[in-house]
Amino acid sequence: MVTTLLSDIGSLWAKYGTVYLTGIANTLILAVTATVIGCIIGFFCGILQTIPYDANDNILKRILLKLIRIVIRVYVEVFRGTPMILQAVFIYYGLPYFFGVSFKDIWTVSIIVVSINTGAYMAESVRGGIMSIDVGQFEGAKAIGMNHWQTMLYVVLPQTLRNIMPQIGNNYIINVKDTSVMFIIGFSDFFAVHKMVSGAVFKYFPSAFMEMAGYLCMTLLASFLLRKVEKKLKGKSNYELVGEDQLVMAAGTYSYPSEAGSPFDEVNKDYKGENK
Amino acid sequence: MSEHILEIRHLSKAFGSHAVLKDIDFTVDKGDVTTIIGASGSGKSTLLRCINLLETLTTGEIYFHGKDVTKGKVNASAYRAKVGMVFQSFNLFNNMTVLGNCMIGQQKVSHVAKTEAKQRALFYLSKVGMAPYINARPDQISGGQKQRVAIARALAMEPEVLLFDEPTSALDPEMVGEVLEVMKSLARDNMTMLVVTHEMAFARDVSNHVVYMADGVIEEEGTPEKIFTDPQNQRTRDFLKRILNG
Ligand SMILES: Nc1ncnc2c1ncn2[C@@H]1O[C@H](COP(=O)(O)OP(=O)(O)OP(=O)(O)O)[C@@H](O)[C@H]1O
Ligand SMILES: [Mg+2]
Repeated sequence: MVTTLLSDIGSLWAKYGTVYLTGIANTLILAVTATVIGCIIGFFCGILQTIPYDANDNILKRILLKLIRIVIRVYVEVFRGTPMILQAVFIYYGLPYFFGVSFKDIWTVSIIVVSINTGAYMAESVRGGIMSIDVGQFEGAKAIGMNHWQTMLYVVLPQTLRNIMPQIGNNYIINVKDTSVMFIIGFSDFFAVHKMVSGAVFKYFPSAFMEMAGYLCMTLLASFLLRKVEKKLKGKSNYELVGEDQLVMAAGTYSYPSEAGSPFDEVNKDYKGENK
Repeated sequence: MSEHILEIRHLSKAFGSHAVLKDIDFTVDKGDVTTIIGASGSGKSTLLRCINLLETLTTGEIYFHGKDVTKGKVNASAYRAKVGMVFQSFNLFNNMTVLGNCMIGQQKVSHVAKTEAKQRALFYLSKVGMAPYINARPDQISGGQKQRVAIARALAMEPEVLLFDEPTSALDPEMVGEVLEVMKSLARDNMTMLVVTHEMAFARDVSNHVVYMADGVIEEEGTPEKIFTDPQNQRTRDFLKRILNG
């Protein structure tokens, strides 16, 4: 009966409402933080992987760049090719063996694991994003004297970011849902709350119902915000023509730097008049 | 004893074993409008790209004001800021407005302050008749308008030479005229230009030096009068006949 379900949910909410909300908060904080850090890792790897080199560069630079590409390749394949739940266990229990430290702080480990995992996916998205930018954009930038880093920073990466926005959003939504596997190392996210509460009061379905609704709200909100950001990055769909008078004012204040005056000025001795 | 702005000496370029340019030799002086004509695949674009250092030459030298820019520690970026290039496919930056396209190079490469960069950009945009469109993005304007913005972007760097690689070839016929008009006005204003083109009227009427290329070599060069009315070389004659009657 629907009424029983509703009353069950009501009583669960009355008793455990704040616990559920804390779970939601934890899930969101982890997903947002890890997606942001993952994007930073992804951009970092993507940029490093696409530094151009050719036969004319010195041997050290070539070896270094090749090495970087190999390391990133291995990183991407390992973290894309294994389940995150296993990565969590691997890192959580593995660190003490290699570094003699064990992370007592579940938050830190969780953020590290999810970020590294997201980074592996983003590295591929960013690399693909950079490679899909028309070579003309690079050449246009070069032709006005920009170096590789300026070209990347002002021309290529802004376009890459816009192009891979859907993938970033996708990764975020996946993170909202998949951070639930971090219960394996004791992280108390939204789903962990369900296990805890339903185990205590044996209201499995009402709790699951609330979980479904909760996750859906989080992901729908994310989709909505993503659309907004995408629209914003795309810019206005129309433009306004700027009136003559405004332009004349601004343009007139610029005087051509050469001593002879502007070659476009009639005062210039080289000026040949309107008709050749 | 006029100083050459650009001197191309024994320039050769091969892609693998494919020799595309062979021992190219010519000079560009201040105020010259040089057109490079020739059949498709003769190496015209490659030559311009070599001059802009977008391709590395196999052998030879390029002197800019007497200094070889192809050897040793040459600052390619600083050189490119002085030798601008306009592409067949415009290559405007898609993430910026028309105004942004004309400002970014000044600000980041020449370190011009923002207000001055804007004034300069507006100055050159009005030269090409695109000032009213400063807020538009490249995907919102026509091909001819894009090319005019691309010319303004190059001019805003205040280069000493402008290279054009078939600037009107990607345009619908009705837009070719507006771009050629802009280029003519630059020629009138004594801008030094090196133009690869299939527009024979432009080569004949606007340029003062014509270079005819075939299979990676300069077959013939000279004044437009000489090339168009009295070509010495049989291949030049055949090419002109084909293109002018075609
Ligand atoms: N990156 C490259 N790798 C290999 N071969 C190339 C490359 N770029 C150009 N070529 C070759 O060089 C030759 C000359 O090409 P180029 O583009 O310079 O000719 P073009 O005279 O500009 O022709 P068009 O009038 O069609 O533009 C062609 O045979 C082309 O296949
Ligand atoms: Mg070409």
